[in-house]
Amino acid sequence: MALRLATRRLALAQQAPKVFRRGMATPTASDTLAHTKGEPLSTISEATSASRAPIPPSKTTTIKEPETDPQAKIKTFHIYRWNPDEPTSKPKMQSYTLDLNKTGPMMLDALIRIKNEVDPTLTFRRSCREGICGSCAMNIDGVNTLACLCRIPTETAKESRIYPLPHTYVVKDLVPDLTQFYKQYKSIKPYLQRDTPPPDGRENRQSKADRRKLDGLYECILCACCSTSCPSYWWNSEEYLGPAVLLQSYRWIADSRDEKTAARKDALNNSMSLYRCHTILNCSRTCPKGLNPALAIAEIKKSMAFSS
Amino acid sequence: MLSQRFAQQTLRRLAVQQPAYRFVAPAAIATRNAFVSQRRLAATQHISEADASNEILAKQRLHRPVAPHLAIYRPQITWYLSALNRVTGVMLSGGLYAFGAAYLVAPYIGLHLESAVIAAAFAKWPAILQVLTKFFVAMPFTFHSFNGLRFLSWDTASLINNKQVNQTGWAVVGLSTVAAVALAFL
Repeated sequence: MALRLATRRLALAQQAPKVFRRGMATPTASDTLAHTKGEPLSTISEATSASRAPIPPSKTTTIKEPETDPQAKIKTFHIYRWNPDEPTSKPKMQSYTLDLNKTGPMMLDALIRIKNEVDPTLTFRRSCREGICGSCAMNIDGVNTLACLCRIPTETAKESRIYPLPHTYVVKDLVPDLTQFYKQYKSIKPYLQRDTPPPDGRENRQSKADRRKLDGLYECILCACCSTSCPSYWWNSEEYLGPAVLLQSYRWIADSRDEKTAARKDALNNSMSLYRCHTILNCSRTCPKGLNPALAIAEIKKSMAFSS
Repeated sequence: MLSQRFAQQTLRRLAVQQPAYRFVAPAAIATRNAFVSQRRLAATQHISEADASNEILAKQRLHRPVAPHLAIYRPQITWYLSALNRVTGVMLSGGLYAFGAAYLVAPYIGLHLESAVIAAAFAKWPAILQVLTKFFVAMPFTFHSFNGLRFLSWDTASLINNKQVNQTGWAVVGLSTVAAVALAFL
């Protein structure tokens, strides 16, 4: 009797009733990454990177400034919207009108005002509002820049268009996924590498001339404006490091205190990491901090050509 | 009563002591099961934290759109000239290969591609068509040549700030147009 009862229980335990079966911790192998097996990264990115054109502003509604006065300077902003809670819906361009008299001078002020007063669902990153954190990097009127450093053009006839950083995966609205960008930054080992202790046992000294070589390199805030303006990075972001990361790489190659210069250069010596730069020069053109990543990349290429 | 409780306790102890299982008969295991009231019906599977987070990212990425790029980026002399440089390079080398291959097989398919024959055929065209044809053949060549000089200078890390890139870019556009027009009227 007891034996029969026990076997029934055992059978029960193996085939638990549906109510008790938990789905969340048991992913099936088929729906995770099965389609990626045996394929190089680039084919996946090609398959998934077909940019879906957003629904044009003519087909979406316009959310208007609440009350208007005769002196108002009404300007229209078309903003890229995509909501991850409705994953199958297409991204769209939402139009907003704002009275510039009631708005601060910068694009970030306009975005914050829209979020505060008109549409709280609008999502974007911002932090310092003075161009030192690099959070609010986005594509404004066709050029990558920081919203906090970009003035709103005062002519109201021209409509402004705001997109997330080009060819990035969109997390929501104007928030791009920069995971790959940060991984690449990590891969260049952005820290001082030395085997020998400093000669005086206290600090690694540097001549004024050597220190001056780092000007124009250390100011980079890693906002990813330059990398995402580079067509070469758009098509090869898995393997090509991109201007921002190469500028950082040069910052450590050029540092007189670093002792792993040869190893750093060796890591870049392949067809993809560095040499996918075809001197398109969008990077220097777009840098909101006025730096010159193109020059840094050219210096790396030059030193590689002459050293090996 | 007392003996009953004693028997129960022994049975429980038997059930709790782990090594005892090896020696007891299946019947004893069965009785153990009857006493163990705590059962977990949920199936679990070990996944490392890195795998789990990657999996979530990968799943999300399947749905994430890619932000618009080529279609929305502002036309600038930097990337437009770079694209044109590549297009003209492909045109020039493609044209060379196409003509070379045609020249190679011409005797076998009865085609006459000798210089004298082409020149004689070209001379019969109207003048305006001649000039236009020459211009559209010369333009990719002059543009690619002058722009190539810019690219060479950038490899030496010179002429590579925003102002110089802009100036040399427009200079190349002007120079190559003038040179192509001159070649067209030659």
